[in-house]
Amino acid sequence: MKLSHVFRVFVVLALFVAQVVQAEQITPVKSEVAADNALLLNELISARSTSDKKNLINLIANSNFPQRAKVLSALQDGDLYYTKADEQLVYAFSHPDGYQITSVIDGENLGVIGSRKVRKISINNELRTVLRGVLAELSLRSEDVFVRLSAAKDLIRSPSPEFLYAIERAKAVEVNEKVLASLNIATAMINLNSEEQVLRLDAIEAFRGTLDSDAMSILAAMQLKDSEGNYLEQDDLVRESAAAVLSEMRGEAEMYKLVENVFFGLSLGSVLLLTAVGLAITFGVMGVINMAHGEMMMLGAYTTYVIQLLMPNYIDYSIVVAIPAAFLVSGLVGIVIERGVIRHLYGRPLETLLATFGVSLILQQAVRSIFSPLNKSVSAPSWLSGSWEINGALSLTYNRLYIIIFSLVVLLMLVFLLKKTFVGLQMRAVTQNRAMANSMGIRTGWVDALTFGLGSGIAGIAGVALSQLTNVGPNLGQSYIIDSFMVVVFGGVGNLFGTFFAAMSLGVANKFLEPFAGAVLAKIFVLVFIILFIQWRPRGLFALKGRSVED
Amino acid sequence: MINSKIFERSAIGRLLLADKAGRYLIAALLVITVLVPLCNLLMPAGSFLHIPTYVVVLLGKYLCYALLALALDLVWGYCGILSLGHGAFFALGGYAMGMHLMRQIGERGVYGNAELPDFMVFLNWTELPWYWYGFDNFFFTMFMVALVPAALAFVFGWLAFRSRVTGVYLSIITQAMTYALLLAFFRNDMGFGGNNGLTDFKDILGFSLQSDATRCVLFALSALSVAGAYVLCRAIVTSKYGRVLIAIRDAESRTRFMGYRVEHYKLFVFVVSAILAGIAGALYVPQVGIINPGEFGPINSIEIVIWVAIGGRGTLFGAVIGAVAVNYAKTYFTGAFPEVWLFMLGALFVISTLYLPKGIVGVVTQIRERRAESNATSIPEQGAKS
Amino acid sequence: MKSPKSIKAFAKHSSIVLAAATLSLSASIAQAADTIKVGVLHSLSGTMAISETTLKDTVLMLIEDQNKKGGILGKKLEAVVVDPASNWPLFAEKAKELLDKDKVDVIFGCWTSVSRKSVLPVIEELNGLMFYPVQYEGEESSKNVFYTGAAPNQQAIPAVDYLMSEAGGSVKRWVLAGTDYVYPRTTNKILESYLKSKGVAEKDIMINYTPFGHSDWQTIVSDIKKFGSQGKKTAVVSTINGDANVPFYKELANQGMSAEDIPVVAFSVGEEELSGFDTGPLVGHLAAWNYFMSADAEVNDEFIDKWIAYIGDDKRVTNDPMEATYIGFNMWVKAVEKAKTTDVDKVSAALIGISVPNLTGGVATMLPNHHLTKPVLIGEIQENGQFDIVWQTEGAVPGDAWTDFLPESAKLIADWQDPKIMCGNYNTETKKCSGQNY
Repeated sequence: MKLSHVFRVFVVLALFVAQVVQAEQITPVKSEVAADNALLLNELISARSTSDKKNLINLIANSNFPQRAKVLSALQDGDLYYTKADEQLVYAFSHPDGYQITSVIDGENLGVIGSRKVRKISINNELRTVLRGVLAELSLRSEDVFVRLSAAKDLIRSPSPEFLYAIERAKAVEVNEKVLASLNIATAMINLNSEEQVLRLDAIEAFRGTLDSDAMSILAAMQLKDSEGNYLEQDDLVRESAAAVLSEMRGEAEMYKLVENVFFGLSLGSVLLLTAVGLAITFGVMGVINMAHGEMMMLGAYTTYVIQLLMPNYIDYSIVVAIPAAFLVSGLVGIVIERGVIRHLYGRPLETLLATFGVSLILQQAVRSIFSPLNKSVSAPSWLSGSWEINGALSLTYNRLYIIIFSLVVLLMLVFLLKKTFVGLQMRAVTQNRAMANSMGIRTGWVDALTFGLGSGIAGIAGVALSQLTNVGPNLGQSYIIDSFMVVVFGGVGNLFGTFFAAMSLGVANKFLEPFAGAVLAKIFVLVFIILFIQWRPRGLFALKGRSVED
Repeated sequence: MINSKIFERSAIGRLLLADKAGRYLIAALLVITVLVPLCNLLMPAGSFLHIPTYVVVLLGKYLCYALLALALDLVWGYCGILSLGHGAFFALGGYAMGMHLMRQIGERGVYGNAELPDFMVFLNWTELPWYWYGFDNFFFTMFMVALVPAALAFVFGWLAFRSRVTGVYLSIITQAMTYALLLAFFRNDMGFGGNNGLTDFKDILGFSLQSDATRCVLFALSALSVAGAYVLCRAIVTSKYGRVLIAIRDAESRTRFMGYRVEHYKLFVFVVSAILAGIAGALYVPQVGIINPGEFGPINSIEIVIWVAIGGRGTLFGAVIGAVAVNYAKTYFTGAFPEVWLFMLGALFVISTLYLPKGIVGVVTQIRERRAESNATSIPEQGAKS
Repeated sequence: MKSPKSIKAFAKHSSIVLAAATLSLSASIAQAADTIKVGVLHSLSGTMAISETTLKDTVLMLIEDQNKKGGILGKKLEAVVVDPASNWPLFAEKAKELLDKDKVDVIFGCWTSVSRKSVLPVIEELNGLMFYPVQYEGEESSKNVFYTGAAPNQQAIPAVDYLMSEAGGSVKRWVLAGTDYVYPRTTNKILESYLKSKGVAEKDIMINYTPFGHSDWQTIVSDIKKFGSQGKKTAVVSTINGDANVPFYKELANQGMSAEDIPVVAFSVGEEELSGFDTGPLVGHLAAWNYFMSADAEVNDEFIDKWIAYIGDDKRVTNDPMEATYIGFNMWVKAVEKAKTTDVDKVSAALIGISVPNLTGGVATMLPNHHLTKPVLIGEIQENGQFDIVWQTEGAVPGDAWTDFLPESAKLIADWQDPKIMCGNYNTETKKCSGQNY
């Protein structure tokens, strides 16, 4: 313990001196330095053990190689390779014929090389942690405030005394408060391991009110005992004040946990809503027991995949394009199904179940034959990845957040379409009284096709959302179809508001049961609840009233 | 030899005299009950008349499905209860039988534990859960095969029919029921072997399940059960009681207004149907050799509905024909066209709903009617209306 | 008897029924045996088609290749492909059909444990021969089945050893997350007992089970994060089954649980599963297998080239069960050539002790317990959907049918060579085998 500390102090001092010297140096003999750097870099190729590589990374980070940040981030990203033939360190980027490589030392373009002629400089998770810290240190001086912020956050997660100097220097010039706060936590994380009690107590105080999960973890570690029952942390004062701060942090985190749970519930509910709302049209409004509903979602998800294939360079916009495309594809398929099959079955609702079940088998097999039975990779646009960190204890993932909003938008547009437009009026008229609507001059066949197409199209849109959450494969639809039926029935057939309310309440109920009962039992409870609820209200949550109810 | 007069006077005889198709069906079932085992056991392998064992097992499996379809047709075809959860009763009967067969293994399991089935041993269970007690007794098991599905159907039906849950609402909550059971039986903590279910059975009542003779007996039992169940269902639907059921199917509210306790009628027929499904499951398990939660899958239950619809709803014998036909198609397609068989099966479903609204039986009756038009005296077969 | 009319009906019907039964079902039984038939019993539809279709293609490729070399014993190989449609009873039915009707000489098939359990009685009864190519929970050794995938001691335990080592991050706290079925249950039982034997406390192990195809991982990932922030290095050992992995990993990525903080080591995620999603945010998470497509061996390069040429898609990947199929197929070919017949008993006897090259540059040997020797590799997920091998065992690890970490199982051994034992579950205490069907 002591020795390593001495060593650390020594390293910090040495690095400090090195940095100062480096700053003062005015490139004495350029080529000699370059040669030294080349030698250093080439050692990456021969280094085998983790500790050797770790040393090298630190040496490179502190060298005066102008592109050291680029080399290290290439190493972090797995773009750093060497050629097997002449052991040259290269940046490699994938290319249809293998890799496009560029020399690291002099930046020379070396053309394209077969993928088996180069080998990657491999790293592991420990090295990634080191690299994260080193790169964060290097980018602390970036112009971009977001880069600085993420660098500061990375430093919290990779605390190491080597960075203390750089952090202190960055703090001196930092103007952004958020970055400054993160840097303070980073300092505290490092100081927590210092020898001086005062520094450590200060560090613990600095965590108060931050809710940072790494801080909580390190404070919790101080409370651990070894196998003989002695505390690992021998300084009682430090340990106790850590315990005090920790319990305060945990109490606060607990509250946010509740908020998080509601969010999880709402996001599950919004997925249910999206998958069920199309069914609320085809099943709820038209009375077709549409077993092919899931396959409409599947088609939507595959449309997203195809769109991403068509515009590989614009992944960020692909989702925006995919939404109308999926609506059209699934909608058109829906219209074809309606015209080809369901049209002949009105008045025989149970038989629509059989026919659409057949259709769903055909569609599944069609997708399997066209796209192979393997799952397809749909990438997430950058604006849908990651999470919105409100504080250390609460962060909401963007994709879920957008799906909640998206499902509400879809629902509102649908309500608007049905209630406020002429087409919607016709749709309602036909479903309420077909004969009367017909005699009033409405082309009922055409309206039926449109209504079914609308429901299917919305299922397609749901598929776009699902492609961001789960597998895009031939079985996608089947995993959601049962839940969708439950939601529609629970909410009351033919009532969009009921569908909304049912989806959200089932989602939240599920998420609140899950911590106690586990994922499986929670789901079983919800199903049993639906069965019992239907006994109490045989027509669902919001039953339609009036004469049309009785058959 | 049965005197034809006795036949005509006996209850079954009277029943079947008015039911030509039923007569054919019973006749066919009795014939295969005798002939299939004979052709399997006595004919030398390679002879044209020899029926290989795997065909016997396959036919036995179809017959179990036929019994299940019959059970569904009783409630759906004659009482308008579209159950999308009949697979649950089938699976429960199967599990009861499976538990008995598991207990029969005794210390012949791989770990040699006389008390516990293998899957409990390697999950470190130390004693048999209470609900496994009694299943070592065959008669207790037979009783449970009927009781467990009946109890579930009774509780479920009592709740649902009393609150007048009808139509799609009923269908969907039956689906929820089987789905919840599926999830529950998947859990290894339930003590039913989780996803692997119950398997590796050795013998039943001391007879090896691997021997051809046992298989033939099981096959014969399946065929006789289908015949027996057919007669039972026919007796129910042609009785006064059955008329009320049909009235409920066609106009539930009116029947209620006429003073019938609709929920009692429905409950009775639902429970009977569940018992039949349970028996089908119990016959199915020793022949197939495995029971696992997949049988509770909602898709399986939908398939049962499809067998009945394709055969012809509300005819009873149509259910039998449909179950055998669809399953034979499945066996044939999965072997002959493994890559594209789903296209064919899907197309079969679509086409038969579009062009055979009354199923295979409907087509036959139509042809028959047309032929009978010249005679102008025959009474058309009554099909189902939804 | 009945009236003459009824008798006529009887006759008519018996003929129809018999015609249906005999003609259609047993017509194609007898066929000339001038080829060697290879049954392929993998689901081509239903939930397992995602994984199993690839293995069907692998077997077909290997057969085509072998036929180009002139077949075996001067006969061509003929594939008989059926679709058991991810339906477990159908697996038993199709196995029966393959053995009884098509008279195949060997079957390559099954993926899930339940499908194997379902066909096992059939194969044993009809004395078939099957190669099972997937990693599984062990606790089995059948006379008629050869297990070319990993047993738990060839995957789970080395992976945990790696994570406990310094290179793996000296993990002290464990989340065992799995799908609720027999493979994860058994593996986690074994791991739990193994970890405890290494001094890990009860409270430092969290076990979580989820249903098949679980798609909403928000709560569980958040719980894992919380479990991991208790001051000790934490890792997740995932036995989550195929389909549920994509939403699981997507949630990991979105909640920002990076591999540096809490690494996930998976036993059911291979190259093929990774090809279903964007691995960018998952770099550094781990998987333990006996083969990775990135393995540096000439024989592997050849195999990959052949596969890509056969399937006609240069984006397709290879994975561990494919290697297991490859090894199994080559072993069978070698054994048939050695036994000079396709007779199951003779081939089975010849199989034990046979060695063929594996695809990672080593050699796989069939042990008397019907399991293989295999190297164990730990791979890190890379951005391109491949694994980078970061660690591997010194030599090949012999597969252990019965684990030493479960009390009841530790007593059992399997040996199909020693004439004194000749069974799959020999109890070393009672000196007996129980419940054999033959």
